[in-house]
Amino acid sequence: MSQPDLIIHDEKDNVGVVVIETTKKGQECSAWIMENDKTIKVSSTNEVPLGHKIALKDLNEGDTILKYGHDIGKVVKSIKKGDHVHVHNVKTKKW
Amino acid sequence: MEIPKSFLGFRRENGRAGTRNHVIILPVDDISNACAEAVANNIKGTIALPHSYGRLQFGADLELHFRTMIGTGKNPNVAAVIVIGIEPKWTKRIVDEIAKTGKPVEGFHIERTGDIGTIMKASKKAQEFSQWASEKQREECPLSDLWISVKCGESDTTSGLASNPTVGNLMEKLEPFGVHLCFGETSELTGAETVCAARGATPEAKEKFMKTWTSYNDFILKEATDDLSESQPTAGNIAGGLTTIEEKAFGNFQKIGNLKFIDVLEPAEEPKKGKGLYFMDTSSAAAECVTLQAAGGFNIHLFPTGQGNIIGNPIEPVVKLTANPLTAKLMKEHVDCDVSKILSREMNLSQAGDELIKTMLRVANGRLTCAEALGHKEFVMTKLYRSA
Repeated sequence: MSQPDLIIHDEKDNVGVVVIETTKKGQECSAWIMENDKTIKVSSTNEVPLGHKIALKDLNEGDTILKYGHDIGKVVKSIKKGDHVHVHNVKTKKW
Repeated sequence: MEIPKSFLGFRRENGRAGTRNHVIILPVDDISNACAEAVANNIKGTIALPHSYGRLQFGADLELHFRTMIGTGKNPNVAAVIVIGIEPKWTKRIVDEIAKTGKPVEGFHIERTGDIGTIMKASKKAQEFSQWASEKQREECPLSDLWISVKCGESDTTSGLASNPTVGNLMEKLEPFGVHLCFGETSELTGAETVCAARGATPEAKEKFMKTWTSYNDFILKEATDDLSESQPTAGNIAGGLTTIEEKAFGNFQKIGNLKFIDVLEPAEEPKKGKGLYFMDTSSAAAECVTLQAAGGFNIHLFPTGQGNIIGNPIEPVVKLTANPLTAKLMKEHVDCDVSKILSREMNLSQAGDELIKTMLRVANGRLTCAEALGHKEFVMTKLYRSA
């Protein structure tokens, strides 16, 4: 049970959360999926700080971000696998 | 871990138990703050609860004001109360309701006497109350005497990953002991509202929740200028990695574990359906929310934080936990329970829940929280609309 670099809530999720101080550009991250206790690998395309999200797959404008297995917003600028996912490329569907 | 079956609390006249033994000086209105603060300054062992409102309010807003004042006085963490207002009528209404608990309470009004005369009269009574309360001893109370409220703040993604689920784990473990539990933050369930409504224990509870949430959401949509940028999520939330209100809501919702809520409370309303989990309609601003929950009768509070909220409350001890290792390191003096090892998988959720139970019981038994030691006593009234 080694320390993960990312944690993913649910196996349906398309983003994972950085749980180390920061990822490095090109770092191969181990991502622990809490729901099924599996570990997958994803390469971080940039430095992403603690608590921020990384895409687990390529996403296009209009796609839905899934976290906790639920809809948490829409993609407004296309995202590549391994990219930082945040307010610059995702918006709420609510307000 | 075997969960202790009791804690050491202060048994009150009405059968409730307190985790604290405060003598409060409660101003009815903003203009009586100076008088209340002077009394608390004169008499050691008392605390004044100054606030900004209480004049020319009307309708539901005035009722909420009274409910908050009265509920604060009735809270079992309060041994005795001095109420000070400008006019006799509203002062008396609050005194009479608090008196129903059987605890010592006395009201004073300033009109026709002035501050100095009122301070003298109220100080004499406050001294009597303070010395009386100082003789109260803690005694063994069953866990069911704990009324636990929860609210998170300065959340980040570590809140949803670990510190909020730790609170949920505690709830799951303590619910069988017959505790009262309360969560709130109506606006911060936006995005998770239907998932939350489904946790209503009855069709009535589900319906009441959706009605409450819809009404708050309609109000926000009406008042919002463009979006709620820098309010929901806050700049602190965004810095911590939270992107949208929906993400924040699903994280927030982790605090109730797998429990169902049995009723929906008005702000500051006392639960009346017995043990179990309640949802209270509150703002998501920390001090406002905890003030309302304390007025509802809750006697200990759990507060998970991500980026490091520092809130405290004058009568309800606020136990803070964080799973963010940077917050645990940089803001150590604000953190009662550090569960950051969940993220490095050196601690699992159940172990974290046990740690939180231990910390909470130490605080229930009398250990000062970080917020208490640092002097945090944010007492913030919720105001529904402009005064007349």
